[in-house]
Amino acid sequence: MWNRIYALFVARNLEFIRDRSSLAWSVLLPILIIFVFAYAFTEENPEKFKVGIIAGGALEGAAAEFGNTRFVKFIEFAEVESSLSKVERHQIDLLFDPNTNRYWINQTSPNGYIVEKLLIAAYANFGEALQQILVEGDEIRYIDWVIPGVIGMNIMWGALFGIGYVIVRYRKFGVLKRLRATPVSAIEFLAAQILSRLWLMIAVNVVIFVGMDFVLDFRMHGSYLNLFLVFMLGSINLICCGLLVAARVSSEEVANGVLNLFSWPMMFLSGVWFSLEGAHPAMQKFALLLPLTHVTAAAREIMIDGAGLVQISDHLLVLGISSVILLIIGARIFQWE
Amino acid sequence: MSFILQVSNLVKSFGSLTAVRDVSFEIRQGTCFGLLGPNGAGKTTTIEMMEGIKTPDAGTIMYQGEALGTQFRNEAGIMFQNTALQDFITVREIMIQFSRFYPDTASIDELAEQFALHDFLDQDTRKLSGGQKQRLLLAMALINKPKIMFLDEPTTGLDPQSRRNLWRQVQQVKEEGATILLTTHYMEEAYELCDEIAIMDHGRIIAHDAPDALLAAHFDDVVVQIQAADIPRDIGEREFQAIYRNDSAHIVTGDVNRTIEHLLHLDIPLNHLRIRARNLEDLFLELTGKELRG
Ligand SMILES: Nc1ncnc2c1ncn2[C@@H]1O[C@H](COP(=O)(O)OP(=O)(O)O)[C@@H](O)[C@H]1O
Ligand SMILES: [Mg+2]
Repeated sequence: MWNRIYALFVARNLEFIRDRSSLAWSVLLPILIIFVFAYAFTEENPEKFKVGIIAGGALEGAAAEFGNTRFVKFIEFAEVESSLSKVERHQIDLLFDPNTNRYWINQTSPNGYIVEKLLIAAYANFGEALQQILVEGDEIRYIDWVIPGVIGMNIMWGALFGIGYVIVRYRKFGVLKRLRATPVSAIEFLAAQILSRLWLMIAVNVVIFVGMDFVLDFRMHGSYLNLFLVFMLGSINLICCGLLVAARVSSEEVANGVLNLFSWPMMFLSGVWFSLEGAHPAMQKFALLLPLTHVTAAAREIMIDGAGLVQISDHLLVLGISSVILLIIGARIFQWE
Repeated sequence: MSFILQVSNLVKSFGSLTAVRDVSFEIRQGTCFGLLGPNGAGKTTTIEMMEGIKTPDAGTIMYQGEALGTQFRNEAGIMFQNTALQDFITVREIMIQFSRFYPDTASIDELAEQFALHDFLDQDTRKLSGGQKQRLLLAMALINKPKIMFLDEPTTGLDPQSRRNLWRQVQQVKEEGATILLTTHYMEEAYELCDEIAIMDHGRIIAHDAPDALLAAHFDDVVVQIQAADIPRDIGEREFQAIYRNDSAHIVTGDVNRTIEHLLHLDIPLNHLRIRARNLEDLFLELTGKELRG
């Protein structure tokens, strides 16, 4: 049995490596995307200062004068506690609570320094007292935030098409039929496909990850082992999705359609490119059905917040259980012809 | 002699079309059995049910007295009518891959020698010529030292020389002791290679025996063949019930002397006269009223 799986594994690996165009595509596309984002979003807008203001009636006196400063964008927040992380991550330059005359600022933020000067000047004019509270934290660039998603996306394309499309082609052109005339069983065939794809995707994405980190030095606060686990589990899950699609279909066009139907919603609704925080609740619910949502969210929690396995256990559980279910169904309904 | 493979009452339909209707036969150990019939007769459907690729709607298939199972998979060598191989893989690699599927295998080097694969062992399988690919497929079918081989139209599409080569190689495989089931729509191929022939048409077996026995049973006459240009059609058809095919007139007769006397009497030039025994092609025509290569 292992001999047969090994034989199929090797053959599939060779095919992947020799298919230059799709190999290049699977390596270059994510790198290209990451660079486009890196450059599009490092161009900062210096005139855009962002200040968070805690809600609590109309502004008066010094607070009102500060609140009227031009070229500063004021964003209202309900309470201090949940908004502090925004200051820590440089998403806003300063958080101001006019109700208590306290403000929070990140010492490493140059924009915060300037906005603070404006706030102090306004209060000096009115002779009112202010209380400064320092917070710490590195800036989180969009690139830091988007990288886990881009890697997840790359895994998704690789898994769905690398398994789904390839098996459907094998079936259409009779490669499966020839294998069926040998002692190879469906389970052996599928195991070889999964293992080959898994190992190749991991290799490709490790190269991308390391290469990108070298150039962009993005934020990684968690354990590499945990991150590896998340991407690995995500790969398995998405491979199983691909398997389900490929279980019976024998037309490339149908396979293409179904795979696109799976992948495009994931591409845009899994929070890869923008946060789902402000999205419609129904859409947030829907996003939870998409495996890529869990992969991206878990990877982000590890990389940005340094989350451990306990904090991301819900995502891991969803991915793990659904993988098993998908695999069982896929193997059950698999047909050679 | 014992039967290695027995099929009884096989039926297979695709929608409303019944491709195989109640087919039964047995294959003796160590012989070559031919399924001869025109395109669409149901040969591929029959052979693929016997290979375990297609499931019959009804009927049974027994390999050495048992239903098809692991033993059969390990001992069967299969060559499909059209086989696609995986992309981006060389001849040597695919031979190695397939050899890993089986517990007991032939040496790849020896197979490469036997089927003259050495010149293109490291070429991508997509770049092979028709004859090279058929040789590779035959070698692949032999990698597990099969006891029974299934060859579905192995020489269709090959030029005459490649065809002869492949015949010789199949002959050799048979001499080494394998049992062979072969389908073809070439009468010469069936006659050359097979010990026993079943003629198929419209999903049924319409005749079944050793080739010479088939001919002997149906014919005790010969064919006198003359150029069509030498014998006007009206005379030919009236006097001799001749059949005009391509450029020749075929006169079937049990008494050659009399026929030739008659031709001489009518001043028909006999410069291109040929006398031949009746062949399987004639038999097919006789049985179905149509030609094998329609
Ligand atoms: N998968 C299929 N679906 C529908 N019809 C089929 C299928 N395979 C074969 N047939 C039909 O069954 C008949 C027998 O085909 P086949 O067994 O391939 O004949 P042969 O091999 O003798 O040329 C043909 O009419 C063919 O069109
Ligand atoms: Mg056929």
